[in-house]
Amino acid sequence: METILLLVHPEADGTLARPALEALTATQAVAASLTDGRYTVGLLGSGTDAAANQIASAGAAKLLAIADERLAQARYATDAAAAEALCRAAGATVVIAPATARFNRVLPGVSHRLGGRADTHVSQLEAADGALSVTRWLYRQRLRSRLTRAQRPWMLLVDPGCHPAWQGEAGSATAEPVALPAELVVRTEVTGMKAPAADAQTIRPDAGLLFVAGAGWTKKQADGQTHVPDAEQLILGFLKQTRASLGSSKSLVDLGGEGQAVLSFLTHLNQIGQTGATPRHPKGLSTCCHGEEPHTVGWRFITERRAINTDGNCGWARGKADVLYIADAFAVMAKVNELLAAQG
Amino acid sequence: MSSGYHIVVCGSIVPDPWQTLEPVTGPSGPALKNEMMLPAVLDPWAGHALFEAADLARRCPGSKVWLVSLGPKAKLQQVMMTIGQKAAFELVAMDGPANGFTDAAETAAALAGAIEGIAGLDRTRLLLFGGWESASRGAGVTLQLVGERLGITEQFQGVDQLSVQADDRFEILERIEGGCHQVSVCQGPPAVLGWATGHLPEPKNNPQIGMQNMRLVMPALQRAKTTPIPNEGLAFAEVTLPAQLRETRIVKDQSPEAIAREIVDWIKE
Repeated sequence: METILLLVHPEADGTLARPALEALTATQAVAASLTDGRYTVGLLGSGTDAAANQIASAGAAKLLAIADERLAQARYATDAAAAEALCRAAGATVVIAPATARFNRVLPGVSHRLGGRADTHVSQLEAADGALSVTRWLYRQRLRSRLTRAQRPWMLLVDPGCHPAWQGEAGSATAEPVALPAELVVRTEVTGMKAPAADAQTIRPDAGLLFVAGAGWTKKQADGQTHVPDAEQLILGFLKQTRASLGSSKSLVDLGGEGQAVLSFLTHLNQIGQTGATPRHPKGLSTCCHGEEPHTVGWRFITERRAINTDGNCGWARGKADVLYIADAFAVMAKVNELLAAQG
Repeated sequence: MSSGYHIVVCGSIVPDPWQTLEPVTGPSGPALKNEMMLPAVLDPWAGHALFEAADLARRCPGSKVWLVSLGPKAKLQQVMMTIGQKAAFELVAMDGPANGFTDAAETAAALAGAIEGIAGLDRTRLLLFGGWESASRGAGVTLQLVGERLGITEQFQGVDQLSVQADDRFEILERIEGGCHQVSVCQGPPAVLGWATGHLPEPKNNPQIGMQNMRLVMPALQRAKTTPIPNEGLAFAEVTLPAQLRETRIVKDQSPEAIAREIVDWIKE
């Protein structure tokens, strides 16, 4: 029988974020099939009490925790040592964790230390007849695979947005302490974060809508001129009113290399598609996007999709979107912004 | 750093993104239909890593760049003809599978073995570069595993910037959630850096660099050892194309105002 460990880390405020609660839901489902519902939760951070209390009613058989000031920083040397210690303490054969940047960085290395294997970007876990299999995408979300592994421990990093977040009453829980090795060679200090200014933050993973800005916004329009400042104003105005997340369908490197104007607020991090992100949002609105596969993988995981495009045959929208509006995005988005402003 | 860095870039080939991919089941498991016929390119994020490595080596005298690549030899040769003109490096090639169905841990073992065998490599000056994910397997685990095998515990993933400070320490920007970067300062090599996009455009072809590289690329390809990846313990229950086609409702000949109203109603639902 498998021994299941859910690994989670609290955020800066001490609580567990949504990806951790989604991984908890996934863990409970797997445990119900494989271990009669038994699973252990391992917490690592500078303080873990608030997180342990947050999931006190989740039904974990045991809580293990490493609370150590050295874990206040998300860095490989200390995080890997902590995750390794928790996995060993739990005797885990299956380790489930949210695919956060922090865990993506360290858990593959931990799997090597434990003689196991790691799979990332897991979107689905299935347990049938006592056997666990996982679904993950290959070739940048162009092929879907379901696989199993014989090696243990098997570390599974579950992509955010694939499972409902666990909801339950907070309570009071006591975690069994696990020690972080005293002697760790640490040659890295996390010195801070770089985030866009609050009014320039355009990436919002929790947003209900993804707005995709295509390269067409910076191309010459019907009057033979480009209108990049107007495009910026329209897009930012829309984002401000809807709190949507912003994706870019084409690499800024490509655009810059082609000598084209670039929307000033876009960064590499906005890029979606073959060399960018494939975010998960309930709705997506693409504008001025062109191209076939592989660009369209950028909104593979958008549930409801609508597109505005002047080309009715564009491969980005035909067969990929639920609704395609054949229209000038400049004119439509100006009206959208007006309506949104009027509605407050 | 007066003596420079020894930068090893791990990167292989992937099908040109414009190609249609179709999974088939072969005698040894899943594969791509006509895999050997598909035009290949250097894995995009590994390419960024290579360009960043070449740039760092250019700025730090005494540095050297190796490209360690596991892939079908014939395809590697094709790709090296192009990529060899963009950055100066010494190729270390292994002849083996490089598709999305190969096991990352076994691939990492092969890469680590090849790196350990590089003559003259100073592990105290080693910077292990690569893409933070491949465009084939998309595992995002291979570099960490290679790093662990080489005993490197300073690891960074989703790197967009590496700056060498006056005291030879590195400032590294890693992608984290919400469009932010985590800023870290590392005391120096050895370190593992899985690159995201970085900040450099793809260099233009430079025939001089190409000539210089080709003197070493062809012998490296001839020396490439056959490196099987047996995928021990890994079994694919299925590999499928996702259902892609949606019934698209086309809305045309409507005023921008009417379309805008429909969109706003939809957003507010």
